[in-house]
This record gives sequence, structure tokens and C-alpha cells, in this order.
Amino acid sequence: MSSSQRAGAAVVIIGGGVTGLSAGWWLARDGIDTLVIEAGAAGWGASGRNGGGCSHHHSPLFQEEQRLWPQMDELLGYPTEFRPNRIRIALDEHQFGLYRHALENAERQGFRSEVLDPRQARELVPLVGDNVFGGYFHHFGGHANPHRTLQAYAWAMRDRGGRLLQHTRALGFERSGNRVVGVKTSRGTFACDHVVIAAGPATGELASLLGITVPLASARAEMIVTEPLPLMSLGGVDGNGLYGRQTLRGNLAYGGGPHEWIDAADVAHTRPYSTPLQASIARRLCDLLPKAAHARVIRSWAGFIENTPDGRPVIDRPPAMENLTIATLSSVGFGLSPAAGRAVRDLVVAGRCGFADLSSLTLGRFASLEADWPALQGWLPGAAP
Amino acid sequence: MKSRVPSSIRRDYASVAGKQPPIGESTDLLIVGAGPAGISAALTAAGGGVRVTLVDENPIPLQTMGEDVPLHFGGRMAPTVANRNAVLESVLGARPELAEAIDAGVDVRLGTAAWGLFPQRRTAAWIDGHVAGLADEDRAYLLRFEQVIVATGCRDMGVAFDGWQRPGVMGASAAYRLATTYEALESRTAVLVGTGAEALQIGNALMGAGVRIAAIVEQAEAVTGPTELLAPLLGSGARLFTRHVIQQTVGDLQGVAAVRLAGVEADGSRLAGALERIECDTVVLAVAAIPTIELMEAAGCSVTFQPARGGHAPVIDGSQRTSLPFLYAAGDCAGVWPSKTLSEETARREGRIAAATALRSLGVQPDGPCEPAVSPDPSVRDVARERLEWVRAMTLESAAAPFVCQCEEVTAADVIELNPPRYLHWQRDPSESWRIGSVDPQGVPNPDVVKRLTRAGMGPCQGRRCREQIAALMAIGTGSALADIPAATYRPPVRPLRLGQLAALTEAPAMRKGWESWFGIPSQWIPFWRLTPPYSVTASCVEEPVAGE
Repeated sequence: MSSSQRAGAAVVIIGGGVTGLSAGWWLARDGIDTLVIEAGAAGWGASGRNGGGCSHHHSPLFQEEQRLWPQMDELLGYPTEFRPNRIRIALDEHQFGLYRHALENAERQGFRSEVLDPRQARELVPLVGDNVFGGYFHHFGGHANPHRTLQAYAWAMRDRGGRLLQHTRALGFERSGNRVVGVKTSRGTFACDHVVIAAGPATGELASLLGITVPLASARAEMIVTEPLPLMSLGGVDGNGLYGRQTLRGNLAYGGGPHEWIDAADVAHTRPYSTPLQASIARRLCDLLPKAAHARVIRSWAGFIENTPDGRPVIDRPPAMENLTIATLSSVGFGLSPAAGRAVRDLVVAGRCGFADLSSLTLGRFASLEADWPALQGWLPGAAP
Repeated sequence: MKSRVPSSIRRDYASVAGKQPPIGESTDLLIVGAGPAGISAALTAAGGGVRVTLVDENPIPLQTMGEDVPLHFGGRMAPTVANRNAVLESVLGARPELAEAIDAGVDVRLGTAAWGLFPQRRTAAWIDGHVAGLADEDRAYLLRFEQVIVATGCRDMGVAFDGWQRPGVMGASAAYRLATTYEALESRTAVLVGTGAEALQIGNALMGAGVRIAAIVEQAEAVTGPTELLAPLLGSGARLFTRHVIQQTVGDLQGVAAVRLAGVEADGSRLAGALERIECDTVVLAVAAIPTIELMEAAGCSVTFQPARGGHAPVIDGSQRTSLPFLYAAGDCAGVWPSKTLSEETARREGRIAAATALRSLGVQPDGPCEPAVSPDPSVRDVARERLEWVRAMTLESAAAPFVCQCEEVTAADVIELNPPRYLHWQRDPSESWRIGSVDPQGVPNPDVVKRLTRAGMGPCQGRRCREQIAALMAIGTGSALADIPAATYRPPVRPLRLGQLAALTEAPAMRKGWESWFGIPSQWIPFWRLTPPYSVTASCVEEPVAGE
């Protein structure tokens, strides 16, 4: 049968964000019949609305993240705009101290950083001003273009026989004992040998249909972008509480600042709107890069992001089901996506990750979590009109 | 408004809670745009005992005009636009009713652009009430409002041809605005492209302002607007070229010095043969007048392609109310159609209806009888077909592949083939199919996808000169109906604002806390080798400072 006629796949992945599509690509590379279903358009969630950073030295997937990114254009066959290395600018001693964790964490794993004094920071980053306290040059990490990378995963997966079905909402599951045998969707039921839930903010609700609790809360965050400016030699510059980069086109694209908790039920059908928070982001960007104060802000955007109670990913095969893998990266998924997709592939194929210790990312760590944890952590929507 | 957070528990210091900006100013009714619709709305509402604030961005800062925002000014501003006081006088002189509005107690703010409307909604609730982002030349600030009437007029569809990036190629609304409101259009001889009612009316107005219309160019077989508007133009020596398009501009140091016209077949293909050369300093693009919906679209109003209203327009009811019940559209931004273009009274009536409805929503019974709702002209023109034909005949047939999106240098072929931007120097495997249709075969073609992948529409003009062309190219490239292509989204600030200007907006002291930490979750950033599961809230009460990555 041709692929369009097959009503099912060996692996059905729910969620066409970076995690789901990367996993789909990794599986398809192995010749595994893979179908990704996406409720809306691929990458329309947080996957397409982030800063593009790739330096997550705290994560068990860090080593693999660093190994893979420089190869991704070649592996995928499509451009990701990945550029290596990162500079982080501190405007005071407090920031300088906090940012040192990156140096220490990476050093322990064999990656090098240099401490920058104000003069060095200004030399390396022409837009930095006299208010710089210090900084770090990391010989690791970097940044990529989320939109391009997302589409690269989708096309690369398709090139290897994987399928992506967009505008297809997962509604439930068909079970046989402890196995999922089919995924019920708005376009009919798709039989499967294994199912992966990587559905961002909807992951918890979908997992609950299988009796599995994935504690998640959703929030809205914002970014701004300026007109293009002359390219700095290294675009991966952030700090002063912001994340982001100068894009290869020259725009400054930065985000950060307070998030707004929202009801999960509001996420599915609502466009994320940005708010006057963009002015506060602009203020911090002005302080970070004072010589860009004249640059025109031309756009902003917002995105909905899910977080687990401890802010760490879940990449796990819950023992209650025989053929289910769950993956949520808990608000930090883009940079880790090459490694996270590979980890999901490993879990699906072999039951365990062959290249990293994911024991800190299992669902089991929430076994004694309080039922009212969102309220206890202050993670409830503040007010509603 | 009631907090859903029990008082006994931990507060998330990294969330927006308690950080809303202090907002010093508020009004009952905000009106954006002081054209006929906005002024009529203001005068209607002024007697009702509510606070009315009327903002208008004119005089527009010269730098913004130079970015072709909000209209395609094409660099044809006379040096006098740099003299803000003189321009302010021109603006006031062009609209004597503004003085009347001021006398009636309306808070009139000229030179004040609205760069965003921020409704309070379930997913963006941290600021109490609805606020507008406003900016004058020096500052940016927030104004809280109860009701808002958007009366932002229309702009012009851009259509690329070889040399359309030259100074002197401009939109009809921009030419009209400069010639009338500013008395500062630097043009002696113009070629008018397009023959709808809007085009011919502006052609006549330009002629009245001393511009010679050398030629009128129409790709269709016949003029589409009323012939009584055509006659004065022809009578003054304008030559009419139907079944023609602009082949290219010829330039000198000042920009356009002449254009060459090409004849076209009914299918848009170019006729061989000698090209007509017309000496001119200006090309006035009047192919289509487009409702200026950016503030409404960005605020979340429902927008659909409504041919009778000139394309993408807000969905409104008989009282000019959009899908957001406190937001009304009046004048050309609510829809453009010939009879409305020809008589200001329609826009004025829409303004009065909107103001009366807004007053009722504010608990005030307006004076005067209820006016009947305004309906567009019965649709006789197929605006979607006309736009496709222009893009096919003028842009797709161009010899030199002009940039459809000038800001980001994206050609028509780049849009259809989804080519990555040139700066990537990506060598494509010729066997790869990257065409638009391959991205989302189950969905409608989405211009925001094209934007993400090609950068078309991502530049400083915020897509104003290219979005209709991109939609047309997408329709052609995928075989879809133009009406099915959704509007590309707008996002605030819908006016380019200096980073330093936006940064100066007042914020609450509490806003200073928590920026370092992303979500403020210490365990998120503790390196994996240090972690000790299991996790519970009570067991995890660490207040360790963390930095997000």
C-alpha cells in the first residue's frame, strides 16, 4: 500500500512540535514506519516561538545536544541556521555570579568557557556599552532558527518515509489490556504498535486518557524583534535576564521576563497574544545592548509553554503501559530537540536511552506530588476578566 | 475581579502577578484615526458626558515615512515634512472639524500613533482592563480605555515590477495623503496604475494638487471605475493604456524618470513589440485599496476575506461592532467599496453609528435617531480575480525577478518555491520539492508559514507593501482561491518603535525581580547529576537563586 492509504503506523507520535518531529525523523531514519499527527499546524506552539538557544549544560542530554547541533544541517539535508558558541553578558555582580553556573556545569562535562572583562566584552560585542560588568564566552552551545529547524525535521522525516498529518486532533486511544492499539483522531483511528505523546501543553490531558498523570501547567511568555542591524561577529549574545540572539539576518530577537499562568483549557484554541510586557523586554535589551537603542522594534510574539512541577523534562516509558512513551521538555525544548528526539527513538525501539542517563526525567519522581501542586506553587491563573 | 489564588500558598515571584504597569491615563472612549469616520465618531460621542480621546498619527515622523509606514510613501515626501510645526498646521488646516472636536471637549492628540490594542482576556489577564499602546515622537505610554473605535482608513496593495524599488513608486493613498493633508507631495508628473473608483478619484485629486497625470495603466480590458471620473483625467491629457502593465522603471538620481509599458494578453502574458515609454517622476500604485486592519487583527478581532469590503476586513455587525464587543470599526478600515470612496458621508455615518453604540455600552443614551446600518455596495467587481490578474501580468511576467518583499529581498519565485533567504547560500538539491503546497497539504496555505521560511513580510515595513502580493502568489502557487488564504498576522508594535522609546514605558518596581530565572524554578536548572528525586512541593522549598538558560 502507498503511504497515503495506510491507516496507521508502527509508531504514531502525537504532536508536531520539535520534540515530536525530531523523534519522528530519528525513527524514520531507522526505517521505522512513523506517523506524526498534529492538532494544528506543525510548530505552531512553543517550538516556533522561542529564542533558538542550544546550550543546556544542566541537562543529561547536553553532551548529545552539543555533539549533534554542528551536524544537523548535514544530517537533515535542510538548513537550520545553527551557529556555534555563545556570549553571555552580565551587567552586575549578581548576574555575573549566576551566569558562572554555565561555566562550571559545562567544564565538568569537558567544555571550555572564558571569562570576559568589560573591555573584552565590548570588543567582542560591538553593541555592548559602558555598563557591562563582565561576561562569559562559551566554546559550546549556540543558536539556530526555530522555524527553519522545525520545517527541516518535517521535510527530513518525510524524505525518509515518515508521514506528518496536520490539522488532525488526537481524541483518545484504543486499548487492548496494557497496550495502545490505536489512536482515535478527528480524521479516524490510526492503528499503532507504539504511541508517543509529545503534545506540549496537551500532553497531560492525553496521558490522562490512559490513566497516567503527567503534571503540567501552562503559561504565556513573550519575545520582541528589531529591524536588522549590522551583523556582529557572534550573534549568540544574551544576558541581563534575556535569552535570544542576533539572527543571521541581523534582527535582535530577545525574550524573557515574567510569564503568565493560564488554564490549560484555554491553550488549545487561543492564539497567544503579546502584551505591553514587550516594553519591559525592550528596556532590558536596551541595557544589554545600549548601542542598539536606536533600532526599531518591528514585531513581538507570545507563546504558550508547559512546565512540569520541577521544571524538568519528562522523557519516559511509564511502566503502566507496555507501548507508550511520553516526552515533554518543560519549557526548554528547542535546543535539546536533536538529542530529545534521539532519546525518544531509543525508548521506543529499545526501552532505554543508549546515550544518556534519563533517570532524572522519569514520571516516577512525581509519585508523592501533592494533588494541589499548582496552587501550592502559585502556578494558577491570577485573574480572569 | 477575583483572585483564584488562595492566600496561604507560595507566590510565584517570576510570574506577572503584581507586576502590572502603573497606567496614569484612562478614557471612556478611545478613537484611533481622525479622518471623516473618526472625527464624526468623536463629535457624536462628545456630547454624551463621557471622556473621549481622539488620537491620530499625523504628522507622522519622517523616519517612519521613510520606512514606508503606514503607507507606501516611496520617498516622495517634500523636505517640508521635516518641519513638524508646519506639518501640524497643515494637518489642522486640512481638518477644520478637529478644532470643533477640541471645543466640544474631545481630548485630541495629534502626532500620536496607536501601536497596539491590548484587550484583557483569559490568556492575557495581568493588566486590568483594556489598554492601548500609544506613542508620540518622544515617548511611548499606555492608555486604559473602556471602548475603542478604530478608524484607521486604508492603504494600497503593492504589486512588484522591475524597478519598483526606485523612489517615486508609491501607493495612491500615500500620494493623496502627502498631496492633501501634508501639502508636501514631491511630484510633477505621475503614471496612475489601476482604474477602480479609488484610483480615479485619487488621480483627480492629485491633478487638483498640480500633478500632471501622464498615463493611466490598466491590465484589464476596460477601466473598472466610473467613467465620469475618467473623463477629466483624459481631458487633461492623460493617455489610457488598458491591457497594459508597467514593464519597468527607468531611473535617475532622483528615482523614477520614466516607465516603460508592456501590452499584455488576456492570460497576462506579455505582447511582443515596441515598449511605450512615458516620462514621469512618480508611479502611483492604485491597484487596490486595502482596509487598514492591523490594530484590529493584532488585537484579535475576527478577520475574513470579504470581497465586497475590499478583501480582509473585520467581521462587523450592523452597529460597526467587531467580534470583540468593545471594539468598533468605522470608515475605510471597516471595508472599502466604490460608493464609500466617492462620498465621505458613508464613513461619517459609520463613525456616528459606532459612537452611538459605544455610548450605549457606556450607559449613555445617545442623542438623535438610530441610523440605519451601512451595507457595502452589491459586489460587482471580483476583487480577488483582479488582484490575481495584476500579480500574474505585472509581477510573475517580470523579466528581472523583482523583490516582492523589498525589505527582505524575496522574489515571487522565492515565495512559490519557499526558497530559504539568500544570506544562507543554501545549495538546494534540484530534486527537492520545497513548494508551498508541501508544507501543509491538509491545511489552507498559511502566509505566516511562508513568512517563517522565506522571510517575506518580515521586514521593517511590517509587510505593508507585500502581503496582498504574497497571498496572490500563494493562491497561484497552490491552486487555491485567494479568498481562502488567511490574512498574515500582525503583531504589536504595529508601528516601528525605537527600542529606547519602547523601553521608556513606565513599569512597576516589582517588574525588576525574577528576570534571571526564566520560570523561577530552581530545580529546573540544577545539573542533572545533583538531583535527588522524588519531587514534591513541600520537599522542594529551596529559594536558591538560579539563572535560566
